[in-house]
Amino acid sequence: MDQVNIAMTQSEAMISLRNLRVSYGDREILHGINFDVMRGETLVILGGSGSGKSTLLRTLVGLERPSSGEIWLKGKNIAAISSDEMDDIRKKIGMSFQGGALFGSMTVGENVALPLREHTKLEDSTIEIILRLKLDQVGLSGFENYMPSQLSGGMKKRAAVARALAMDPEILFFDEPSAGLDPIIAAGVDQLILELKQAFHMTIIVVTHELASAFLIADRMVLIDKGNVVAIGTTEEMRSSTHPRVRQFLDRIAEPAVSEELDYLQMLTEEHRHPGR
Amino acid sequence: MELTTQIGGSVTDGLAYLGALTRLGVRAAYFTFVAPFQGKPLRLQRAVSQAMQTGVGALPILSLITFFIGLILALQSAYELRKFGALNFVASAVAISMTRELGPLITAIVVIGRSGSAFAAEIGTMKVTEEIDALETMAIDPIHFLVTPKFIAMIVMLPCLTIWANSMGILGGALFGVAQADFTWIRYIQSSLDALFLRDITTGLIKSVMFGVTITAVGCHEGLSTGAGAEQVGRSTTRAVVVSIFLVILVDLVFTALFFFLSEK
Repeated sequence: MDQVNIAMTQSEAMISLRNLRVSYGDREILHGINFDVMRGETLVILGGSGSGKSTLLRTLVGLERPSSGEIWLKGKNIAAISSDEMDDIRKKIGMSFQGGALFGSMTVGENVALPLREHTKLEDSTIEIILRLKLDQVGLSGFENYMPSQLSGGMKKRAAVARALAMDPEILFFDEPSAGLDPIIAAGVDQLILELKQAFHMTIIVVTHELASAFLIADRMVLIDKGNVVAIGTTEEMRSSTHPRVRQFLDRIAEPAVSEELDYLQMLTEEHRHPGR
Repeated sequence: MELTTQIGGSVTDGLAYLGALTRLGVRAAYFTFVAPFQGKPLRLQRAVSQAMQTGVGALPILSLITFFIGLILALQSAYELRKFGALNFVASAVAISMTRELGPLITAIVVIGRSGSAFAAEIGTMKVTEEIDALETMAIDPIHFLVTPKFIAMIVMLPCLTIWANSMGILGGALFGVAQADFTWIRYIQSSLDALFLRDITTGLIKSVMFGVTITAVGCHEGLSTGAGAEQVGRSTTRAVVVSIFLVILVDLVFTALFFFLSEK
């Protein structure tokens, strides 16, 4: 595995994680994560609720500091760089948040233009053109003067993607792109991700637990469980995997009723709910 | 023994809280005075629109409240003064208590209710909806973008509002003076001005600047330390109001004592 990793690093890894550990207080969430993300690929990070996949994403974009380990991104270990250097890297990545995270006090256009106004010295007319282009790419032409509150859930996601694209990022991150959307709108967002992938050959990292969407957009997948990488591979490899945890996740098999980690309180309430069991 | 540990614990917590407020203030000061010379321009436009909200928006309610406070002060001081047949001192009593104490304080209380709470709610909501995270991933410092304009707006607007509050208070007192104490409007205003030293007004204004800093720091800090979930926004807002009122009174005490001992010499 390690040798494969090193070989991959030589063939242009965009992001390399080396023994990455992240803790909140005393509780360790990620227990030593190792994998690489190749330039131009779409990697889907799969995992159940509380598996640590969101923490992993937050760490990759620099919102959480790892407690140990390395994250190599564009030749720099972002686990150990200054905040100014991190800001330079952040200008080259885009992130689409779960709920969109659009600024409610600004119009859609102002939201998308914000990174450009903050980080470039472009004329207003140029920003205007880029803005139209980005909104067009996500299928929101003509919505620049709408407030985020006037948009539907799917449109908010699209606007958030437009904002993430504003600085022409090399890496695009998605947190649960289809969360809270109906199947048709969610399929539209998947379609958008596929279009971005084909049009720009961007490196895309998606965190999700939606299997259908994951298999549609992914080149490769990583399954995270309880803070560890359980499996990594192409969609075909995942589909044919015999790893019990992968099978359980992909075949949607419920957790056995009594597991060794069941805590005492839960046991008591269960007993209370089903007396005489 | 347990009591001392508890007292020790709360003192440490309190000091840590003040430390956090100070760090926030220092970073905002950095973005106001240092960063503009390093190519990170000041967000004057945001500061101006913030100033409109916190300053101009507060005028109607502040006018009404301080007019009543002035009137109440006149009534209360007249209650004592008329025993000595000294009703003509009502004007100076109102003028001095308004400018030195109640003008700045009432202004601060009104601004806490309108803006301190709004800061906590606005930033807290942005925290909950990941907008603060979004700013950070766009390499935009939330302190620079959100907090600094609020500091600038408050430091400018609170003294302005205080001057306005002082005038409205004196006007409230004048209503009593004219109605009950044989003053004319002109003579009441004149004797108010005669009673005041510049020092009375400036000490009040210095206090109001400190109140502005305190209210902004607490409101923004509470907003930024909001946990996950909508109910946490409510909690931060409440805390922002309660802590701001307490700290404003504390700052008031410190500065009043300071001015008292300074003026002795």
